Amino acid sequence: MLARDKLLTTIVTVVIALVAILALFPLFSLMLSSLRPSSELMRNGITLSVPFDQLNLNNYTYIFTEAGNYWSWYMNSIIISAATIILCLFFSSMVGYALAVYNFKGNRFIFILVLLILMVPFEILMLPLYQLMIGLQMIDTYLAVILPMMVAPIAVFFFRQYASGLPKDLMESARMDGCTEYGIFFRIMAPLMLPSFAAMAILQGLSSWNNFLWPLVVLRSNTMFTLPVGLATLLTPYGNNYDILIAGSVMTILPVVILFLFFQRYFIEGLTVGGVKG
Amino acid sequence: MIERTASTAESRRSKWSLKDFFLSKKVVPYVFVSPFIISFLLLFLYPLINGVVMSFQTILPGQTTFIGMRNYERILNPTFFKALSNTTVYVVLTTVILTILPMVLATMLNSKFVRFSNVFRASLFIPALTSTIVAGVVFRLMFGESESSLANTVVGFFGVEPMEWKFGAATGMFLMVLLCTWKWLGVNILYFMAGLANVPKELYEAAEMDGAGILNKFRHITLPMLKPITVYVVTITIIGGFRMYEESYVFWPEGSPGNIGLTIVGYIYQQGFRMNDLGFGAAIGVVLMLIIFIISILQLSLSGTLKKGE
Repeated sequence: MLARDKLLTTIVTVVIALVAILALFPLFSLMLSSLRPSSELMRNGITLSVPFDQLNLNNYTYIFTEAGNYWSWYMNSIIISAATIILCLFFSSMVGYALAVYNFKGNRFIFILVLLILMVPFEILMLPLYQLMIGLQMIDTYLAVILPMMVAPIAVFFFRQYASGLPKDLMESARMDGCTEYGIFFRIMAPLMLPSFAAMAILQGLSSWNNFLWPLVVLRSNTMFTLPVGLATLLTPYGNNYDILIAGSVMTILPVVILFLFFQRYFIEGLTVGGVKG
Repeated sequence: MIERTASTAESRRSKWSLKDFFLSKKVVPYVFVSPFIISFLLLFLYPLINGVVMSFQTILPGQTTFIGMRNYERILNPTFFKALSNTTVYVVLTTVILTILPMVLATMLNSKFVRFSNVFRASLFIPALTSTIVAGVVFRLMFGESESSLANTVVGFFGVEPMEWKFGAATGMFLMVLLCTWKWLGVNILYFMAGLANVPKELYEAAEMDGAGILNKFRHITLPMLKPITVYVVTITIIGGFRMYEESYVFWPEGSPGNIGLTIVGYIYQQGFRMNDLGFGAAIGVVLMLIIFIISILQLSLSGTLKKGE
């Protein structure tokens, strides 16, 4: 029995290790490729044999000194993601909290609407939303990208679940002390919801950082592009921008991976929201 | 208490102020949910209705004409059916792969037969952090056309001729499915691991006493206990598949040869934004909405009837 268990442990561990290597391999190749001369990379693509003698940091030197609009894309992505996180967390937590703690007319109806929006893919609304953005004269502005993400149904859902687990007697005693309902939320309950804020900040931040289709639709000028949209413009068959494309791709995922290493728990919580109650 | 409320109500009536209004217990919850109501009306309901209206129109700058069902008649063309069949194949493949594979791997990771399970779990999760565009950049380079590209070297070991991955229908689909699988495998594993954590250990112990082997335990305990999470994973994978565009965009930003990579959302983008035919694009959107609606209903009734059968 013991010998069989040992064998099984070896097999299972090896299988999982292989899958993990396959999962990490593309990102590892990306980093390695960013050290290769872009002309050589363009000619051969990613190959099994690595030309170690040719590796250098030239692509990074280039991107840090004269990379055209790359750093505007970076700034745009940071501004849009930060604004989305702040606004979305602020509004969604208010809504989710109210749905959890107050009994009011329409509570259930609003919650059903939240679930309904959760089911409808954004892409279906894309064209009419684009029309709306034209009407609001918001095309090619940060606001156009941020506005549709401001109240996220998934975040409302998550905050509601989290807030229903909070102790209600705290609210009662705060009321006795003359605290307004807004004060109760901002001073007492919201701080208690901090872990849920962390998870949602990561979910919203990540989806905003990686968001592609909507920014592609509403952003027009190259200096307004976000990182994914900007990088996608470099996907030309001629490969004349490989230096920025590859090193720029590494710089795009690097902050996310670093954050992940520090806040793993919240990443996992944030990205598997729906399954919590599944 | 009642007295006090009554007296404050009275004083309010005499000295009605905006501040009192916003502080009144009846109004507070509505202030809290107002961001959602505004966003629902402006950014969901209005576009939803407008999308349906647009689908009956030809929209040119400053000139909108009602054209009845003509956009819908135009939808019944070979390109749309190509997009529909591509999307359907993609949905079926990703759903099957992204359900079975993570289920098996999660069971392995959850078993006592694995070392360093936390490290593996984290490594498998990292692809989910990557933007599909960035991931696509790497996959394009790995599956290059040249003989020395990584993919062609690997298939060469098995005696297969170098392939032009991005230019064949089957290999093109393979690339999109592979990219999606790579990105979402780790997340789905986590879903299944959450589901496995809810399976009572006693069930396995009891089965072991009865002499059940590993496969038997998987079939008779793990599988049925994972049903709710499986239904969830299948649902999100199907809906995600119908929304797919980025996986196709990274390989063919300018459109794919013979539309081998065209998806429904890609067709909406192509017609609505590239061709500026907003009315027609909106009509495709309405059709996509109907497809997803029907699938959701099917999904709900299927899992519902299965429950009754138990």
